[in-house]
Amino acid sequence: MLQIRNLHVAIGGKPILKGIDLTIHPGEVHAIMGPNGSGKSTLAQVLAGRDGYDITAGSVQYLERDLLPLTPEERARAGIFLAFQYPLEIPGVANVQLLRTALNGQRRSRGEAEMDAIDFLDYVKDKLALLGMDDSFLYRSVNEGFSGGEKKRNEILQMAVLEPRLAILDETDSGLDIDALHLVADGVNSLRRPQRAIILVTHYQRLLNFIVPHQVHVLAGGRIVRSGGRELALELEAKGYAWLSEEISDAADFMETYL
Amino acid sequence: MSNLDLQRQIDSEYRWGFVTDIEQEPFPQGLDESVIRRISAQKGEPAFMLEWRLKAYQHWLTLHEPTWATVHHPPIDYQKIYFYAAPKMGNRPKSLAEVDPQLLATYEKLGIPLQEREALAGVAVDAVFDSVSVATTFKDKLETLGIVFCSFSEAVREHPELVRQYLGSVVPYTDNFFASLNSAVFSDGSFVYVPKGVNCPMELSTYFRINASNSGQFERTLIIADEGASVSYLEGCTAPRRDENQLHAAVVELIALKDARIKYSTVQNWYPGDAEGRGGIYNFVTKRGECRGDNAHISWTQVETGSAITWKYPSCILRGDNSVGEFYSVALTNHHQQADTGSKMIHIGRNTHSTIVSKGISAGHASNAYRGLVKVLAGADNARNHTRCDSLLMGPDCAAHTFPYIEVKNPSARVEHEASTSKIGEDQLFYLRSRGLSEEDAVNLIVNGFCKEVFKELPMEFAVEAQKLLAVSLEGAVG
Repeated sequence: MLQIRNLHVAIGGKPILKGIDLTIHPGEVHAIMGPNGSGKSTLAQVLAGRDGYDITAGSVQYLERDLLPLTPEERARAGIFLAFQYPLEIPGVANVQLLRTALNGQRRSRGEAEMDAIDFLDYVKDKLALLGMDDSFLYRSVNEGFSGGEKKRNEILQMAVLEPRLAILDETDSGLDIDALHLVADGVNSLRRPQRAIILVTHYQRLLNFIVPHQVHVLAGGRIVRSGGRELALELEAKGYAWLSEEISDAADFMETYL
Repeated sequence: MSNLDLQRQIDSEYRWGFVTDIEQEPFPQGLDESVIRRISAQKGEPAFMLEWRLKAYQHWLTLHEPTWATVHHPPIDYQKIYFYAAPKMGNRPKSLAEVDPQLLATYEKLGIPLQEREALAGVAVDAVFDSVSVATTFKDKLETLGIVFCSFSEAVREHPELVRQYLGSVVPYTDNFFASLNSAVFSDGSFVYVPKGVNCPMELSTYFRINASNSGQFERTLIIADEGASVSYLEGCTAPRRDENQLHAAVVELIALKDARIKYSTVQNWYPGDAEGRGGIYNFVTKRGECRGDNAHISWTQVETGSAITWKYPSCILRGDNSVGEFYSVALTNHHQQADTGSKMIHIGRNTHSTIVSKGISAGHASNAYRGLVKVLAGADNARNHTRCDSLLMGPDCAAHTFPYIEVKNPSARVEHEASTSKIGEDQLFYLRSRGLSEEDAVNLIVNGFCKEVFKELPMEFAVEAQKLLAVSLEGAVG
């Protein structure tokens, strides 16, 4: 579904990603871990099509097409969803309005009929129930005055409504207390499907206790320095990121990134 | 703003920029007493009206154009303006069937087919085409309730006692330069009188349109809600595109007596000039309402997207005890448009309340200023005001200013002022685009959210129209 080959990305001339290789198949959940500044969020943003990053080398294939030339909205319509680390507030715009505008935009682009307000309400209420969310969420302005946990759950609600093929969750666990983490993780688990792939970008192993990944990748200094199963995350938790430094040949690179 | 080119603003063409080819009755350029006498004679006005006009003219001669607003324009040559332009069609039509079909076609293009509105929308439209009111619909239905809704000229002829009693009682002819000029030369406009205890059962509406080249448009609108009456009035404006600037100096007076309620909504999309700032309307307007009795309520709502320059401060004089004044405004300026707009709330009576909500959107090289006065007089015990001014900036070359003036002479007053300035950020746009919205849809969603508090004050169908107008005005706004 997703093939990232030798991806190099720079911001303002400064290299951030230095040759990422990653292959993801439908139905898989991949966790990308790493210390702060390792390039995790950059990778998530580049996949979603954010401006301001220079792709200096490499390629990304998504569903047999070249992803990189597509605009963010084209990627979204092709089934890519990014849950933001810091979801934005859109004052005066009701959550339900954004959800319906987004869903109908995507349906239109796929040549499907738009959903009218009444059908949409039924549809979205099922999703709310799935995530244990209150109807009142729908009528509040997008993320305005939401607590940190509510914002993250709102991202998962958007994901549930848009039903993406590839969901990228950027530090969805950060800033959540244990109860909120449970809610978010249950929500994500309920959205696991054989045809849907999920990338979990996270700093902590904790999330992976609740959303069990097929593979774990450790990103450091702009490269994936280790890949493995779930046990890799546990090892990281036990030893910290520092132990990996011994295994990185380009030590200078590593130091520059997170010291 | 990295790769975002926020400069590509409103590149859409002005959609209402067609010119209707209708023979004009010739009238000399410029202004002197003889022009005023001719206007008055042409309209068959009674003597008091002519006298009033002439007094206004004499006063105007002593005044100078105001310079305090943050707007800039070359000097206006008042002797180059045609102060009166009437479509030539003999006597006034008795029904729509008698109206020049080309005029009606013009309204069709504007999207306000009179017949359709009459039949479907339940809106009584008093259409002002240049200076003469062409067709007034629904008049008969309103008459059975005792409501007078007609052109100003007709009111002067048919209801001179009402005009005489109320004209200039809120905006005297000495009020300011443009109000004086209007008082001298006003050509037509709308008149509404709602008798005691009557709730006007439909929205009343006037569409103004400037057609003749180089003609100023000087409407005069007077709305009176007698004790316990209520009325909602909507004014919409469009003008064709021309290279030269046209002057529009209107006066609107609202009078709400005891327990009466007036809601006045404006959707203004006069031609704003082209992308380089050539042409466009100078919209210098005086709008003021007075809550003359206790428990009266006046509410102004305006959506201003047009005009090269807007200079306008719909205001409320809260004379009656417990009276309420409200002002809700969206002003969008783009390219080289300039707006200096806001409101004045004058608290005279006890327990008077006022609310000001102003939303300014500025893009391109435009300048958008809020200017407001909240004045609490010594006798206004327990006066309350809440003012909120929000500015939204799009791109690096536009400007937003806020000039709040507060004068309080009673210690029991509570006056609150909130202001914010924000930018449409790349982050917000990316967030929405990553949900599949196009950049334009994303901008529209953000702008509509920003304006929501004001739009909800508009009658439903006009709220929809206002949203569409903002969308059109922002086409290509972000690239």
